[in-house]
Amino acid sequence: MEFAELIKTPRVDNVVLHRPFYPAVEGTLCLTGHHLILSSRQDNTEELWLLHSNIDSIEKRFVGSLGTIIIKCKDLRIIQLDIPGMEECLNIASSIEALSTLDSITLMYPFFYRPMFEVVEDGWHTFLPEREFKLLSSVTKEWRLSYINKDFSVCPSYPPIVTVPSCIDDEALRKVATFRHGGRFPVLSYYHEKNGMVMIRSSQPLTSTNGRRCKEDEQLINATLGPGKRGYIIDTRSLNVAQQARAKGGGFEQEAHYPQWRRIHKSIERYHILQESLIKLVEACNDQSHNMDRWLSKLEASNWLTHIKEILTTACLAVQCIDREGASVLIHGTEGTDSTLQVTSLAQIILEPRCRTIRGFEALIEREWLQAGHPFQQRCAQSAYSNSKQKWEAPVFFLFLDCVWQILRQFPCSFEFNEHFLIMLFEHSYASQFGTFLGNNESERCKLKLQQKTMSLWSWVNRPSELNKFINPLFEANSLVIWPSVAPQSLQLWEGVFLRWNRSSKYLDEAYDEMINIIEYNKELQAKDNCF
Amino acid sequence: MLSTHISLEDTPTLYSAPSSSTKRSYIWRLKVEQVKLLDRFSTSNKSLTGTLYLTATHLLFIDSLQKETWILHHHIAAVEKLALTTAGCPLVIQCKNFRIVHFIVPRERDCHDIYNSLLQLSRQAKYEDLYAFSYNPKQNESEQIQGWQLIDLAEEYRRMDVPNLNWKLSDANRDYKICETYPRDLYVPRAANKPTIVGSSKFRSKGRFPVLSYYHQDKQAAICRCSQPLSGFSARCLEDEHMLQAINKANPSNRYMYVMDTRPKLNAMANRAAGKGYENEDNYSNIRFQFVGIENIHVMRTSLQKLLEVNGTKGLSVSDFFSGLESSGWLRHIKAVLDAAIFLAKAIVNESASVLVHCSDGWDRTSQVCSLGTLLLDSYYRTIKGFMVLIEKDWISFGHKFSDRCGHLDGDPKEVSPVFTQFLECVWHLTEQFPQAFEYNEAFLLQIHEHVHSCQFGNFLGNCQKEREDLKLREKTYSLWPFLLDDQEKYLNPFYTPSSQKFTVLEPNTVPFNFKFWRNMYHQFDRTLHPRQSVFKLIMNKNDQNKQLEKEIKELESKIKQQKTRHTDTVLTKESLHCIHADSPALKPSLCFKKEQTLLPVNDAIRTIEGSNTADNRYSEYAEEFSKTEPAVVSLEYGVARMTC
Repeated sequence: MEFAELIKTPRVDNVVLHRPFYPAVEGTLCLTGHHLILSSRQDNTEELWLLHSNIDSIEKRFVGSLGTIIIKCKDLRIIQLDIPGMEECLNIASSIEALSTLDSITLMYPFFYRPMFEVVEDGWHTFLPEREFKLLSSVTKEWRLSYINKDFSVCPSYPPIVTVPSCIDDEALRKVATFRHGGRFPVLSYYHEKNGMVMIRSSQPLTSTNGRRCKEDEQLINATLGPGKRGYIIDTRSLNVAQQARAKGGGFEQEAHYPQWRRIHKSIERYHILQESLIKLVEACNDQSHNMDRWLSKLEASNWLTHIKEILTTACLAVQCIDREGASVLIHGTEGTDSTLQVTSLAQIILEPRCRTIRGFEALIEREWLQAGHPFQQRCAQSAYSNSKQKWEAPVFFLFLDCVWQILRQFPCSFEFNEHFLIMLFEHSYASQFGTFLGNNESERCKLKLQQKTMSLWSWVNRPSELNKFINPLFEANSLVIWPSVAPQSLQLWEGVFLRWNRSSKYLDEAYDEMINIIEYNKELQAKDNCF
Repeated sequence: MLSTHISLEDTPTLYSAPSSSTKRSYIWRLKVEQVKLLDRFSTSNKSLTGTLYLTATHLLFIDSLQKETWILHHHIAAVEKLALTTAGCPLVIQCKNFRIVHFIVPRERDCHDIYNSLLQLSRQAKYEDLYAFSYNPKQNESEQIQGWQLIDLAEEYRRMDVPNLNWKLSDANRDYKICETYPRDLYVPRAANKPTIVGSSKFRSKGRFPVLSYYHQDKQAAICRCSQPLSGFSARCLEDEHMLQAINKANPSNRYMYVMDTRPKLNAMANRAAGKGYENEDNYSNIRFQFVGIENIHVMRTSLQKLLEVNGTKGLSVSDFFSGLESSGWLRHIKAVLDAAIFLAKAIVNESASVLVHCSDGWDRTSQVCSLGTLLLDSYYRTIKGFMVLIEKDWISFGHKFSDRCGHLDGDPKEVSPVFTQFLECVWHLTEQFPQAFEYNEAFLLQIHEHVHSCQFGNFLGNCQKEREDLKLREKTYSLWPFLLDDQEKYLNPFYTPSSQKFTVLEPNTVPFNFKFWRNMYHQFDRTLHPRQSVFKLIMNKNDQNKQLEKEIKELESKIKQQKTRHTDTVLTKESLHCIHADSPALKPSLCFKKEQTLLPVNDAIRTIEGSNTADNRYSEYAEEFSKTEPAVVSLEYGVARMTC
């Protein structure tokens, strides 16, 4: 398909652009296959350069022959274009609509994007499971890499290489895979060097109503426990939901069959409940006419911070089991691709200083989200302005980033990266010129040949010039477990994302710059002092 | 009961003079051992065991780790004995600084003793029994006098260029004959003569006639304040009308003035039935009348109570927190106060119009609006000294009833209201929106709040200046301000960038999403709720270190210069310094001097974890190993309990 077919009017003059915090500008609007560009032509600068895939929804209005298109973006920004001429406006609107909802992934911008920067380090090869495993194998021999899934036949949503107990052979894994939802047999998520405890994750066991069991599954997860040790199974669903799952063939681990494990149910919401929460929250943030009572009641009704609290609490619980109780933990929900990953990745951030560095955090996202098979393509297809009632969208990764932000706020010196890094990841997970977040799992990415055909986000981010923007000037490595407070008084609305387009951050930005100045000046003085 | 001594390493830092921290002994009146201090938010009923002492001024709890918790008796708002449990008798103490402690006393009789003693110690009938009258910070008499002279309101009016062509100092109230609750020195329009003043004061509630609060030199516009007129449904008073006219005329740049009634219209109308009310626009020439709708002291008191109630709940859900925040109305009230101040500032800046502000008596809402309005207008009030002046002027001297509002004495609980707390919260919201505009930081606001209730210094005792003079506070007590100034390092905002112009107006955004719950005020002592690392402290430290380094480098450079002039034939460079150093004994001491000079205590303690800096008394009790701190996490038992169901 040629994009030209979708672009009936590639160019309109005298278009007026309205955006938050900028005066309106008049210029020429151009549509390309992947971008919407507005240039004011005076000094040849582009006022707006917007990826079609960043567009969440559009609205059009007409007053006489003047048309107005309101564009709502996935990064939550809202812009308005006044376009003279009814026909032009209609053409532009329909083109945007078509171009922002392309069906085929291979037509997306990452497949056309040619980087203007020199690639120093190819991000596609930065985080390889083998390299990660080397670290592990230097401390323990109880785990091995299994290549059982190398052609994605055992579990379509798993990566080709997974870490499993050394004493369990591939044949047993194959059997366990048939007992777990989507073939997601228990694999290693995290090894706690301090005490040798582990966090493993999987999907729900397919016990169904007749209480089916699987000896190999029991062996596998018992193999993760030391002799005489007990472990905890954290089910991210409430007991009720877990019980209902049995009717659909799913279920949970029966005490009788897993006597060494204690099961704890938490309740982390999924799918449309999260999506609706996001929609409600953004709607509340965007309406500045609210009075105080209405704002607070809308904030409350969105339940966003309730979800944050629930996720953080569950992650803390996992950490508590591992670090305080000295017990290993198995975490799963239903599919093991959403709430499970929120919990396992946050627990690692709380426990493991390495995950709080930039590299470590990238590795964590690579390991616990991308390779672990979080369906980014489905979850991030639409953001807060979606009006279609599709079932698969959910701000699961977004919530994870918000939780990280909450911890970052409570421990501002313990992270190597700053808030901008999290915001950047949020933006790229929804719309990007890079291939990193395309596809739903490694198998799909492999078929799309992303490594050959697109650029990795990490190739761009990890260049020193780019990385500079994301470095937290306050960072000082902290080897401790960082327990966040999950009390409602301690949680906050992530203003950097939700209020970003609704208020000027001029004074806050200036203060941040001042902070950097003070720190830089301090370094300078120290250096000078040392010269004497 | 036999009194004995307790020897302590540290004084109760927060309440005592910051100067002394030597070993001291305290006489205790009551000592109970094996008392448990419960963690307020722990769902697993975590507790510390220790000994509880009552001294003449403080309650002291020393736990088994030798950590001390000091509570000033005057800070105690309520003591409650709960029903006996198997562990003992629970005693809950609520403080005015929002600390809540929950003790369990093993024997009921002891609990009863503590309870009765505290009731007696925390409720004084006479001013003379308050801590300020016995507090001795080891200052001599002249220091005491100087301390009281630190803030001079006459000088403050001179700073605003008053008296001037249009405004004069009036001696009408020299002997408090016209208005008992006003200060002696009042500034009025030049055109207002004695009969006008007297007549107007008779037409105003409690005699509080319109006087100058702030003069804006640039715009020649004034902020005046008064109480409500006794207009009833139709009464009028020519002198009062003249007074307003005089205020209007004193501003050559605008022909009309605003009259801001800070009450909700309904309340003001209801007041008419009692012979009070508001100005009738028909009777006063060239006034623009405006209601701004701030609720009264009773609504505010109830609102705060509700807020505290919600926030004290164990295992509070996010949903309950927000709906509690909403139904308490607290942030709505804060916004209303700030909006009123913005209205005031805009009238002055955009229209050069003078504004007369009043509420009912003109000492609560009026103080809030006048002080916040000027804080927005004049950058001086955003400095440490300027903020002290502002509080002295618009709150203390104009008769905000601190003793009644803070319940310093055992009195009418209906008079207590968090009006001043709201003012501080509004200022905090401004510091959040304009992080570089204020010389002072949050700790400064919290410390002032602490002392408004502590009764340790004389500044906030009494309800008006006359009462303070009668109590001879200047001779018998000390002023808070010099102590805060001595300690100002702690209260400096490291991001502060002084504005180049005096009149840099702050234009805050009051869209509801800009208002946050002030956790550091209302949960000051609930350390588990706070961030564990403080950016603020870290930057403050860096700033101090920078200053020290600058000084040091300057010294070294000048020393090198001296050396250079001495060794004229030797070319000195930084690199060659070391060889010079070796063969020039004269240079040696100067360089060694540098090494001896210890750098600032920028240490890892501050870097890594919150509040291990014990020098900061506010957070001193947080100095606990941080990885041990139990957050409000999940208790595991809870999870297991769910599991069995």
